[in-house]
Order: sequence, then structure tokens, then C-alpha cells
Amino acid sequence: MSRDVPLLARYAEGLFWLARYLERAENTARLVDVTQTFESPGREAESWFALVRINADEAGFRDRGITPTAEAVKNFYLLDPLNPTSVVASVAAARMNARTLRPLISTEMWLQMNVFHRDIAATSDNELAGDRLSRLCRRIKEGVQAHTGITEGTFFRDQGWFFYQMGRLIERADQTTRLLDIRYHLLVPAAGEERRIAELAQWSGVLRGAAGYHAFRRVAPPSFTPRDVVAFLLTDTAFPRSVALCIAGIEDCLTQLRSRYGLRGTVAALERTEELRGAILGRNVDAIIATGLHQFLDGIQSDLNSLAAEIGTAFFRDWRPLA
Amino acid sequence: MLHSEPAAARSGFMHSPSHQPFADYDPSPYFCELTSRRPGGEAARAAVQARIGTIGLDALRARAAAAEHDLIDLGITFTVYSDANAIDRILPFDCVPRILSAAEWATLEAGVKQRVAALNLFLHDIYHGRKIIADGIIPADLVLGNSNYRPEMEGFPIRFGTYVHICGTDIVRDTEGRFLVLEDNARTPSGVSYVVENRHLMARTFPDLMAGMRLRPVDDYGRRLLAAMVEIAPDGVDEPQVVLLSPGIYNSAYFEHVFLAREMGVPLVEGADLVVENDRVFMRTTAGRRPVHTIYRRIGDDFLDPTVFRPDSMLGVPGLIGAWRKGNVTLANAVGTGVADDKAVYAYMPRIIRYYLGEDAILPNVETHICREKEGLAYTLANLGNLVVKPVGESGGYGITIGPRATRAEIDAARDALLADPSNWISQPVIGLSVAPTLTDAGIRPRHLDLRPFAVTGRDTWVLPGGLSRVALKEGSLVVNSSQGGGSKDTWVLADDAETAP
Repeated sequence: MSRDVPLLARYAEGLFWLARYLERAENTARLVDVTQTFESPGREAESWFALVRINADEAGFRDRGITPTAEAVKNFYLLDPLNPTSVVASVAAARMNARTLRPLISTEMWLQMNVFHRDIAATSDNELAGDRLSRLCRRIKEGVQAHTGITEGTFFRDQGWFFYQMGRLIERADQTTRLLDIRYHLLVPAAGEERRIAELAQWSGVLRGAAGYHAFRRVAPPSFTPRDVVAFLLTDTAFPRSVALCIAGIEDCLTQLRSRYGLRGTVAALERTEELRGAILGRNVDAIIATGLHQFLDGIQSDLNSLAAEIGTAFFRDWRPLA
Repeated sequence: MLHSEPAAARSGFMHSPSHQPFADYDPSPYFCELTSRRPGGEAARAAVQARIGTIGLDALRARAAAAEHDLIDLGITFTVYSDANAIDRILPFDCVPRILSAAEWATLEAGVKQRVAALNLFLHDIYHGRKIIADGIIPADLVLGNSNYRPEMEGFPIRFGTYVHICGTDIVRDTEGRFLVLEDNARTPSGVSYVVENRHLMARTFPDLMAGMRLRPVDDYGRRLLAAMVEIAPDGVDEPQVVLLSPGIYNSAYFEHVFLAREMGVPLVEGADLVVENDRVFMRTTAGRRPVHTIYRRIGDDFLDPTVFRPDSMLGVPGLIGAWRKGNVTLANAVGTGVADDKAVYAYMPRIIRYYLGEDAILPNVETHICREKEGLAYTLANLGNLVVKPVGESGGYGITIGPRATRAEIDAARDALLADPSNWISQPVIGLSVAPTLTDAGIRPRHLDLRPFAVTGRDTWVLPGGLSRVALKEGSLVVNSSQGGGSKDTWVLADDAETAP
């Protein structure tokens, strides 16, 4: 019985960013959580600096004169309102989008968003302490997951739903590449058995960060190597955070928007998703690792940006690339 | 039996006040909305008083706090701007309802309809033949020299002659319980969302207070409003697209805009979501441009179209007025209604009503002295200490001096302002506004309040039963505006006074 109700371009944009900012907050919490498990005594700053590196924030630290100590890095990614990618800033931006979307989203979505934002905005830096950090990360993840569940259960399934999904999936794919990137140097040909075991422990940490450890153990060969972890996070067709599954999801959304709602302008974006799919599934993972995983991941991140730009210019009112 | 309860409550000196909330409640010398005796609605008023006694102060406080907590979580807030800061605040909710009997409401409803009819006839006349000026009922310069008069409207046809589609009439009650109109709000009156939200809040938090009460419902507003917006759409459009035009999330009434858009089921747009092409208005959607036919705009005239009014307006839509003049889109309210709700024109309303309708005003005005007129200014200056002095162009309770409450310095400042620009001011006697029992830190205490019913007019006028009761939470305060520490109450209109105990 649903009428074909037009969707304001600004609403489509708001939904895309609402989902994207929240996905970012969740993944940042995952990255922080996993980094903490890598922290080695006496070399904390070094471990934490990996976060700065994979987010390409070295310049940001330099410009603001922040010394990247463990505390400073944690604060920068969780609580710093001046860092546009921090959890606090992401949740604030998500709430701002939710506010513009109030006419569209369910009251339950708004209520949870509002309360979650208040909770996160009130986080004190005491909670960054080693013994409490993991709990803070859990609170952030659970806040986003509550949002996701409420949205799944209450948000109307019209065009807006697909823009919302695309925002989430693009960010999730991007973040999975960053999670992989955090340990890419471990792929340098390994020395000795002892080192190999230590490295596998770290890769398990990466998998845990993506909530994929148990799924991986079920599907991985008994004597898995880091290569299998990379393949799992990049190409698995059933793991919800794998890059390939995210790309397939985006493709699906674009196809629905075209066929069900007759939206033109999906062509360029669909071409980008095809290219991305080709880049990920068209090459053997060993070959990717051999030519340099880091460069490969950089390439995927930049392709995801182009994809977002195609969607934005085709459908949004004022497309503005993310800070 | 119910009739005896208030008396029992009042005589409860032996009980501690926390157990008998009304034990030391004394509204005198004012008219009390709950306890002053009058025919009609006695059973309901007595029952509410008795039930509050049963709930007790401690539970009342706990529940009221929970209710306000809900409002914060739900973001049912308005934004107050002070200096550079924007603060989201809730409109404090007072849990003691204000009850209007069916008979009282019949008078109010008829009075509001009459007033809206007169406002529309007046606006049509001043933008067409100006007979009322020719007949000497109202001075020409008061109308034509008014900053809200819009020459763009002259001779422009308006569907059903309805200029004021949404009207909020501010009404007070004096010490005798007479209803008096304090002000008409014929531009973009706000507050209706709180009427509906307060009722929801009441039903959630105080079901025992409401149980069995037969009240006129308030959740019909969105449907009625949408029906009117569809009615006034340009001719020949089968399924008109209605939108609500808001200044956006930074506007203090944004929550209300969201509320109304949701209740009507129409898009909430900002200026930049709309484009005008060949004198037609479109909204920008994911599927390209879609035509728009009726715009319920919550933006002042000045900001609607930068090519016609303020060129610096970022909120409006270039070309909108052109499209409107071509008859391709309808604006609600119409442009130029501000001349009718001006505080100076207000003074003439009883005469305006008589002139067009041949009837006396059902709801009288508060006696008003117009300082642009020599006698009015002289009287005001001579009686500053006893009068309320108001600037004609302001809203929100700003710039008001209440003589009997003012310091000498404040009186002097008011005198200077008056002399500097007399035509900017009116004065009125201090009305002993009615009070209603209100939950305060000290217990249940009388607090002054007003009432703003909302009227929706397309072809005909419909008035939302009740309206927004705004209450001045500060002891003795007469200023009910939300920006100045006012709160609100759920306003009940009884479906039938004859019915006895609920």
C-alpha cells in the first residue's frame, strides 16, 4: 500500500552520513581495543603510533604539536572533539545528522541516539586508563549496535534505507582495510617458529577486533597462516565485515535503487563497485601480499572514496567529501 | 462525595503538607483555574484535586522528574540563544492539569473563530478596497505605515480569503474569571507541539489522574492541518505536495517543525531544498526535482525570498514570491499577516470585529492605550507605575516593563524609551492573571498562566480543543514565555460538563 514517496536529496545524504559516522565510531573503538592488546610493556607509544599511521594522521599530530604518547593517541581517537574522526566527534556528527533526519527516522532511533550521544559526550579521560579502556570501547560498540538493532527493527524500508546501508558499508569496508593495515608489516617474511607463533597471536587479535575470530577458525585451514587472515578479511563471502561482502552489499543497494525506485545516476557508482570487486576478488591474495599489502589497501581506500563521491554527486544535495 | 474532597483537603491543617498537597494552597486574590467555584466541570476539578491528594507530594515530584527526564531523552526541546551560546532546554512540564469545562471551551472556541474571521476580513480589506480606512475605523498610517504591511499583497487574490491559516490567540483570565484576549499571533505562532506532547506525557506519567475523564482529544491536529493545506493548494492540482519550510536545526522551534512535518506526513524542507524554475517550486529529491504546491512556512516574511525581501537571507528560496504571485504555490500563512497581529492594531480589534461581522467581540480585549496617539501617550506617562508597557514590534515577552513591579530605574528607562519613539509602544493595565495549582519546591502553589488556542483555517476554521497553557513558574511572575522561565501544563477540555464523577 506504500505510495512512492519522494526522498529529499538532503535526507538521503543525512542517512548516508548517520550510518557512516556511527560505523566509524564503532570501528574506531575496535581499533583502539585491538591496539591495546598489542601494547608491549616499555614500548606503548610505538604500539599506539600504529593507529596514527593507518589513519594517516601523522601530519595532524605534528600540526597541533601533540606528542604521540599512548595517552595522547587514545585521547585523540576517542575523546578529542577537534579530531573529526574521534569517537566523540563521530557520535556528535551522527547525532547532528539524526537531528536533521528527525522527520524521517523513528522516535526510538532518535531517543537512543540522543541518550547515546549524551553518554559519550560525558566520557572522562579517567576511562582511558588501561584497566577501563576496554570497557569504554565496549560501551561505544554496544551503543552503535543498539542503534543498528533499533534501526533494523523500526526504520522504514524505502529508498532511505538503502542510502543508510551504503554509508555503513562503505565505512565498514574502509575500516576493515585499516584494521588489516595495522599489522601489515608482520607479513614481512618471518623468521623462526617462535616469531611465527607470536605473530599469529597478533593476527588473532586483529580477527578478534573485527569480531571474526571464531568464524575464521571454523572456515580456515587447520594450519593457517597470516595470508589466510588477510584473505578472510578481504574476500570472505559470509563474514559481515569482509571488504568483499561490503562491496556486494553496496552493489545490491545501488541495484535496488535503480530497479525498485527508478533512480537514474547509479551507473557510475555501479561501475566503481565492479572495479572494487575486481580488485579484491580478481587477484590472488599471495600476489597482493607479494606486491605490497599496504599499497593495495591504500588503493582500496581511495577507490571507496571515489565510490562515495559518485553516490554523493548523483543523489545528494550538496556533496561534500568527508574531512 | 467527590464534592466534599476539596473541602477536606483544604481543612487538612493537621496533616503535614507533604501528605495533603492542597492543605496550604491559597490562590487569593486571583481566580484559580482549579479551585475557584463556577458552574460546569465541578466533578472533574474535584476529582483531580482529590487524586493529587492521593498521589501525594513525594510521588508527584518523583513522577514529574521522570516526565521531564523523558522530555530530555526525547529531545523535546527548544533552543535558547544567549550571547554566543545555544542551549537546548525543555519546556518545563507542570503535572497539575488545567481544566476547561465544556461551557468555557464553547465560549473560547466561538471567540477564537470570530477573531480569526475578523482578522482575515481585515487583511483582505486592507490589501484590496481599504474600506475600513475610508470609513475611519482605523487610522491609515497605522496600517499603511506599519513595518509589516506588504505592498506586494495589494490586490492579490487569496483562496477562501484566508490569510491566517494558523492562528494562535493569547488569552488570559482576570480576577473575575473573565477571558480576555491579550494578543493575536497571526504570523507563525508556535507551541502546538507541546499541546500534543504534554497530553502524551500526561497519559504516560499520570494515568491515574486521567482515568475515566472524558476529554476532547488533541491528536487530530496534524490531520486537520494537512487537510487545510491540501484545501488551499492551487487550483487544478489533484494530489498537492505539501511541505513544511523550516529555517533548520538551529531554529529554536525546530522540534515543533519536526513534530508538525511528522504529524502531517510531509517533508520538512529547508530553503536550499527548494528551487524555483519558470515560476514553479520544486524540491530536490534523489529522483530529481518534484513539484511542490503548498508550503507551510515557519520562516518570517522577510526571509522568504532574497530577491524580494531581505537580500541577505540564506533561509529563503529565490523566486518563491514570484511563483506564489503566479498562483503556482500557496504559502501558509500568507505574506503580510503581521500587520493584523501588531500590538497597535490589536487595540482596534473590538471595532474591527464589529465593523466586519456586526457583532460584539465574544472575547474582549484587555484595555489598551496606544502611545502613538496623544491621549494614549499622556495617559501612559502619567500612570507608568500602574501599567504594563510593551513594545509593539517584539514577541517572546522581551522589552516589557511591568509598572507595579519595576524599580525606579526601570520606570525611568521605560519613560525614556517611550518618549524617544512613542509609536513603538502600547500600555495596558496590570491584569491579575488567573492562577493554577503548580508543583513547586515549596509544594503546590498558585502560579499565573495564560492560554493559547490554535485555530486552523482553510475553507473553514477548526480550533484545537484546549491549547497551550503557559505558566509562569516563578512566584508572582506574570511572564509566561518559554524564553523567560515559563513552563506549560496539559490543558483538558471536558467533553461534557453534565457528566458527574469520572
